[in-house]
Amino acid sequence: MIRDITIGQYYPAASKIHMLDPRVKIICTLLYLISLFTFKNLAGYVFAAVFLAVCVRLAKVPFKYIMRGLKPIIVLLLITVLFNLFLTPGGEILFTFWRFKVTEQGLRTAVYMTIRLIFLITGASLMTLTTTPNALTDGLEKMLNPLNRIKVPVHEISMIMSIALRFIPILLEETDKIMKAQTARGADLESGNIIQKAKAMVPILVPLFVSAFRRANDLAMAMEARCYRGGAGRTKMKPLIYNRRDYIAYAVMAVYMIAAFSAGRYLPFHVWIF
Amino acid sequence: MSIRLEHVGYVYSEGTAYQKQALKDVSLEIPQGQFVGVIGHTGSGKSTLIQHLNGLIKATEGAIYYNDKNIYEKDYPLKELRNQVGLVFQYPEHQLFEADVLTDVCFGPRNQGFSPKECEKRAREALEMVGLKEKYYAQSPFELSGGQKRRAAIAGVLAMHPKVLVLDEPTAGLDPKGRDEILDQIAFLHRESDMTVILVSHSMEDIARYVERIIVMNQGEVLFDDTPKEVFSHYKELESVGLAAPQAVYIMHELKERGLPVFTDATLIEEAAYEIMAALKKEKEE
Ligand SMILES: Nc1ncnc2c1ncn2[C@@H]1O[C@H](COP(=O)(O)OP(=O)(O)OP(=O)(O)O)[C@@H](O)[C@H]1O
Ligand SMILES: [Mg+2]
Repeated sequence: MIRDITIGQYYPAASKIHMLDPRVKIICTLLYLISLFTFKNLAGYVFAAVFLAVCVRLAKVPFKYIMRGLKPIIVLLLITVLFNLFLTPGGEILFTFWRFKVTEQGLRTAVYMTIRLIFLITGASLMTLTTTPNALTDGLEKMLNPLNRIKVPVHEISMIMSIALRFIPILLEETDKIMKAQTARGADLESGNIIQKAKAMVPILVPLFVSAFRRANDLAMAMEARCYRGGAGRTKMKPLIYNRRDYIAYAVMAVYMIAAFSAGRYLPFHVWIF
Repeated sequence: MSIRLEHVGYVYSEGTAYQKQALKDVSLEIPQGQFVGVIGHTGSGKSTLIQHLNGLIKATEGAIYYNDKNIYEKDYPLKELRNQVGLVFQYPEHQLFEADVLTDVCFGPRNQGFSPKECEKRAREALEMVGLKEKYYAQSPFELSGGQKRRAAIAGVLAMHPKVLVLDEPTAGLDPKGRDEILDQIAFLHRESDMTVILVSHSMEDIARYVERIIVMNQGEVLFDDTPKEVFSHYKELESVGLAAPQAVYIMHELKERGLPVFTDATLIEEAAYEIMAALKKEKEE
């Protein structure tokens, strides 16, 4: 149940994508997300879908596993679709539903928005699924290093991020355990109206918060016991160095960007109103 | 009245890289009123097994029958099952949440639908049983010591008056006196009422002292399922799966090897002492 949430989690596998430098993955993911917002026609989305599918394939992460990660955002998706569908004016009216009118423009925005969101989440989770939290932070720290000069605490920020990422699975596991323990004591988490359901969360949230604080406290103590003093003067055992495969990845990404951009704007590929 | 498991198997995170077969073809029958011990090295599937008993996790294979009814049937009242099969988790102190100890112990009975007065009565009884002093009742559970928290959490399940009590390492991290107190109290409850007790423990001494039947788990499978004397006579096999027998068993075997004609089936220190005295007496007479 709650363990199905896969956002921000790492999935171990021996794949080409896993082996890439974290900086490559961060930059390419960002570029990919940007590319999604430049498309003006269906061709671009088809192109982006194919690219994403190839990446998922290469990453050797089971398709089912990624789909499970999308489950928690279904509600968000539905809300976006409904708002866009019914509240966007413009174009011909396709059909009316009670007091709402669905326009051509509305349908188009709703569909594009859904595709965009799905690709966006899948792309971003592909990055976290194939990169350990540590590697991710290392990459981010190195990329943001120039900001150090204008007194941005880059090391501290990336440390916070890596701890946060590390804590997601721990807290999920804890939630699972506490939910089971309270269910065993007869807590009813499913039935009832919204207020009853909210009340039923108290026996879960209180122990969860207590445990989160306890863990944070333990971690701080352990870091202090090992003389952690922040980033100043810290060196790396395995510094990040670009390899040949990283350059290849950048090249592929560049080709994708140019191709997707031109296809998404200029290729005359239309199906019905899309 | 009984709990029956038929060819139960369980796989964690099926279809991912974290896939883990935690139970394999487990078949058991536990009649009402038995005191059963479950032992096995860490990761052998003990906690996974007992979470099946009140339907908290659903077996990926096989079926479980409580009083001859399949608990995986569509309309089976799982809530009722959980009222009857009380489960005390490993480190149960992490589930405390109320503002004071007494209210926390009332949580279970309240969910069962008892009146506030009845809840409090049951809570007080349960707290007394686990030996938590009255001065702590009004305190926040978070201010108690680890052992006191543990007692409060166990009381939280006892207050529900389960017909089957399942305890997952209830005494890990308690001092020897506290450990004996709690286990003696549970043994007393077992004798007084017709309650089934299923005790998971890493202490062979505790297991030998209290239970009438031992289930040995190894890598998700049942390795032995027999009386303590019978199971501990296989102490060599137990050692090969990372377990051991109580010390008395070793002493008796060693004595026999050295030529003292004792029976080797003693599992408790008292039994061993009695056997040794008897053997010595016999030797003197001859
Ligand atoms: N939530 C989970 N997700 C995935 N695997 C799990 C989970 N819980 C347990 N496992 C795995 O299942 C196996 C059995 O675990 P279980 O907790 O039942 O062992 P145990 O016998 O209770 O051990 P211990 O004596 O340490 O409590 C272990 O190998 C463990 O790694
Ligand atoms: Mg366990």
